[in-house]
Amino acid sequence: MFDFSIVTKWFDALLSQTLGLPSFWTILIECVLIGLLVLTAYALICIVLIFMERKVCAYFQCRVGPMRVGPWGIFQVFADVLKMLIKEIFTVDKSDKLLYAIAPFLVMIASVGTFSFLPWNKGMHILDFNVGIFLVTAISSIGVLGVFLAGWGSNNKYSVVSAMRAAVQMISYEVSLGLCLICAVILTGTMQMSGIIEAQTGPWKWLVIQGHIPAIIAFVVFLIAGNAEANRGPFDLGEAESELTAGYHTEYSGMGFGYYYLAEYLNLFVISGLASAVFLGGWAPLNVGITGFDNLMNIIPGFVWFFGKTFMLVWILMWVRWTFPRLRIDNLLKLEWKYLMPLMLIVLVLTTCCVAFGLTF
Amino acid sequence: MANLVMFCILAVVILGSAVMCVITKRIIRAATFLLFVLFGVAGIYFLLDYTYLGAAQISVYAGGITVMYIFAIQLVSKRSLQGLIERVKGSRVISGLLLSLVGLATVGVVLIKNNFINAAAQVTDTEVPMDQIGTALLGSGKYQYVLPFEFISVFLLACIIGGIMIARKEDKK
Repeated sequence: MFDFSIVTKWFDALLSQTLGLPSFWTILIECVLIGLLVLTAYALICIVLIFMERKVCAYFQCRVGPMRVGPWGIFQVFADVLKMLIKEIFTVDKSDKLLYAIAPFLVMIASVGTFSFLPWNKGMHILDFNVGIFLVTAISSIGVLGVFLAGWGSNNKYSVVSAMRAAVQMISYEVSLGLCLICAVILTGTMQMSGIIEAQTGPWKWLVIQGHIPAIIAFVVFLIAGNAEANRGPFDLGEAESELTAGYHTEYSGMGFGYYYLAEYLNLFVISGLASAVFLGGWAPLNVGITGFDNLMNIIPGFVWFFGKTFMLVWILMWVRWTFPRLRIDNLLKLEWKYLMPLMLIVLVLTTCCVAFGLTF
Repeated sequence: MANLVMFCILAVVILGSAVMCVITKRIIRAATFLLFVLFGVAGIYFLLDYTYLGAAQISVYAGGITVMYIFAIQLVSKRSLQGLIERVKGSRVISGLLLSLVGLATVGVVLIKNNFINAAAQVTDTEVPMDQIGTALLGSGKYQYVLPFEFISVFLLACIIGGIMIARKEDKK
């Protein structure tokens, strides 16, 4: 199994011993480098996701999608990004300029913050706190404020209605999202991201197999609630084009809109990444207890497993998005408060019983 | 040194946002600045390696309370809270100053007389593991807090029921 901490330890030793820098400068340089790497990965993954969404959407609708820019249209997104970067940024009259300017950054903080918690490989965690999962849910709740302040700051009634809807939806679905993660914490016995993955390495140890019925229900509910939390799929009421022009980011142009667009796709990736890390074992390879097969699987590096699982889930969520029609707002809230949340509370009790009586694999 | 630099940044953010929160004229901006104050406090908890408290601070205050404030602001009429101007009288300034002096004196006396800081400074600077916090919160032994925890849950239940009572529409008899 490829352990990424070899690379990080080598780099740390390079700075502190070979170059002889004091610990303050070592940490500063490392932090800046990691920050740059996170933002680069964020932008690159976003570009991949936008292209993937356009192609997947096209094939679900029996079209071919973007084909003109580059072979098979692969440079389309770069052209889009260039267009968005050179667009004029204008402000709206009588809007609250400060809130209008701050709101995209709050959304980005929430998105980049949760993105940094994803476990990419063994020894390759950017943020790996003791309270990991709890902090993920905490940081993701900042996004609600960004969305809401954008709607309020835009001085546009469609934006306010859309922001209201999006905020209500995100707050509601956070409840069952949190309950799903609590189920996983009960099964693995830790909140630390690396600990959760460690608990899932070994033959038949992925959480959906280890925790059988409750874990599978929690996994499915997590995907549904996560889809709603990311304002996507059949739950994209915040930006229902036919009713609300473009939703809470109607009045944003250029990169202001670009940030929302980035955050939307990255939230999709973060939700899929968390689901694959918490329920499908993250970078843990598929082991079945047969030595030869396990050794073969262990040769494949962890980040390949992680990306494979995550992009499979991303694809499933896109499939859902382009298949189901949009829900009405009252149906959406009814789904959460009357079905998903009570279901998750029952599953929570069931998980606790399974763990207490030792009924897990 | 790194701690000191971070502390200075956080202190500037907290104090600046707190002052802005009070002097701004638009109420929703005040809520936003309050959010930054709460983030700054969470940052100080992280600086002290109190990650659980920091996460709780972000989750409860930034994610919960501020959102609740903003929703509450939505419920009041737009005209009643926008661009209000208040004349500040001299007597009120003096009483405010006196009150803040009393507050400062109280905090100062508590800090000096209390051995809490000395005790806290002796504890090694490590992250408290999550299971220890959980056991302390839900244990019933000495220095464990199951009774306050359960009391708070009863209190929250009472709040929820009260909220429903206020919000529900009366049936037409």
